[in-house]
Amino acid sequence: MTGTLIAQAGSVDTGDTAWMLAATALVLMMTPALGLFYAGLVRSKNALNTFMMCVSAIAIAGITWSLIGYSLAFDGSGDLIGGLNYVGLHDVTFAPRDGTTIPHLVFFAFQATFCIITVALISGAVVERMRFSTWMVFATLWSILVYPVLAHWGFGNGWLMEGGTLDFAGGIAVEMASGFSAVAAAIVVGARKDYGRIGLLPHNSILVLLGAGLLWFGWFGFNGGSGFGVGDPSVLAFTNTLLCPAAALFTWMMLDLIRDRKVTAIGAATAIIVGCVLITPAGGFISPGWALALGFAGTFPCYFLIVYRPRTRVDETLDVLAAHGLAGFTGILAIGFVASASWNGVSDGWLYGHIGQLGDQALAALATPLYAFGATFILLKLIGLVMPLRGPEPDESLGMDSIYHGEEAYPSGEGAILVTPEDGEEAPVPVAQP
Amino acid sequence: MKLVIGIVRPERANDVLEALYRAQVRGISMTKVQGHGGELDRVETYRGSTVKVEVTDKVRFEIGVSEEFVQPAVDAICEGARTGEVGDGKIFVVSLDQVVRIRTGETDEAAVTPVSA
Repeated sequence: MTGTLIAQAGSVDTGDTAWMLAATALVLMMTPALGLFYAGLVRSKNALNTFMMCVSAIAIAGITWSLIGYSLAFDGSGDLIGGLNYVGLHDVTFAPRDGTTIPHLVFFAFQATFCIITVALISGAVVERMRFSTWMVFATLWSILVYPVLAHWGFGNGWLMEGGTLDFAGGIAVEMASGFSAVAAAIVVGARKDYGRIGLLPHNSILVLLGAGLLWFGWFGFNGGSGFGVGDPSVLAFTNTLLCPAAALFTWMMLDLIRDRKVTAIGAATAIIVGCVLITPAGGFISPGWALALGFAGTFPCYFLIVYRPRTRVDETLDVLAAHGLAGFTGILAIGFVASASWNGVSDGWLYGHIGQLGDQALAALATPLYAFGATFILLKLIGLVMPLRGPEPDESLGMDSIYHGEEAYPSGEGAILVTPEDGEEAPVPVAQP
Repeated sequence: MKLVIGIVRPERANDVLEALYRAQVRGISMTKVQGHGGELDRVETYRGSTVKVEVTDKVRFEIGVSEEFVQPAVDAICEGARTGEVGDGKIFVVSLDQVVRIRTGETDEAAVTPVSA
């Protein structure tokens, strides 16, 4: 594919396009849904800041993706990175995208929502302490330097895709990329000042469950749209997006019950995410039966990583590695075992006689974490040389909402005095000198 | 018998609890309160309405103690709550006329003595 759009035999299919328009809107909704999920998991004084990190990703990645990211990911079939023909949406028009029956513009918009949510996912590693302006700089650079590269490798005709690695909806570019970048970010930014000293608890479990529910709903567009139409792969992925998370949810509740005799709600919300992530790479490649089995078996490593992680000194606050990185890793490998050509028409896994597929999957499971972790680590170290990554300690005590946004998630309204425009210019002064 | 009332920053409440525990002061009530101790006002903006928020969240400890525990309790609250910035809070020590432990009907010194002691 050279980026010229004239020499295409295919034409736009209205049914496919209609579904993809809806799917794009569903995936965009996942980012505010993630905002709800994350905001509920932090302390109330940081809830808005956490939500805003997700919301800001829509602005930042939406712009960088149209200016350059999309071109780097989806122009041409270079091994490591795409070309520059689509920079600034050049040549991205109503004509169908190569290999699909949907307008190139719709394909672009659908992929944009993936870049957006991946950036938002990383914020989970650095909430409650990272400076908001530094976060925006990081998000800008990450959405240009890291996401498009991995998206090109995984589903933009890069070396992994050309080599035979299967990734239906983003096990590489979304899930492993965000999970392993999150660990790097947590290490470079450092732990919250009270981490490991006092309990830092979620302030609103209802938001967490609501966010998880909306994420699941949006995931039907995420996975169901990754067949770029209404054909068999999309239908299979859509149904598997129901089955795999259901199995993961059940497994998580059972593990909770066995471990502590209590089924936690926040655990259940996490399980929904884990199940959706597990099926993301494998959605259109494995049978519904194996999707259930993947939801069951794939939950175990994620569950135990979430139990283990808080005992470490790495304050990867909202467990992006366990819920996305490790689940995506597991899903990518699962394709190598249980993909079946009779369901996907593409390739068999080891169990169906094609062990080579497992090798292709393992290559992605090795290369993606290396690039995501390494690039994010270096990127944040470099940003740290130019601007502070986090604010002073007293700010962290007061909460990010008040410091970076001048608002509170739950203002009491008590003692709030309206400032008239005339005295609005005055700097605040202590009412009583100490 | 004295009632020791400490009003501290919410983010220091855990340190105060720790310090009180180390000083072997038991039997504590905590409430979230709002107040003003002369610190900077926060300026917040909601859709064009700019407001100056004069009251700040604080945590209020109330501890009924026998005479020998008054100073340890005061010291522990000071140690746990101090940051050196304006707004660290205050401690008030007031006399108590009567104390009753509801479960046993014990009064005064016996009522403020921890069960385990």
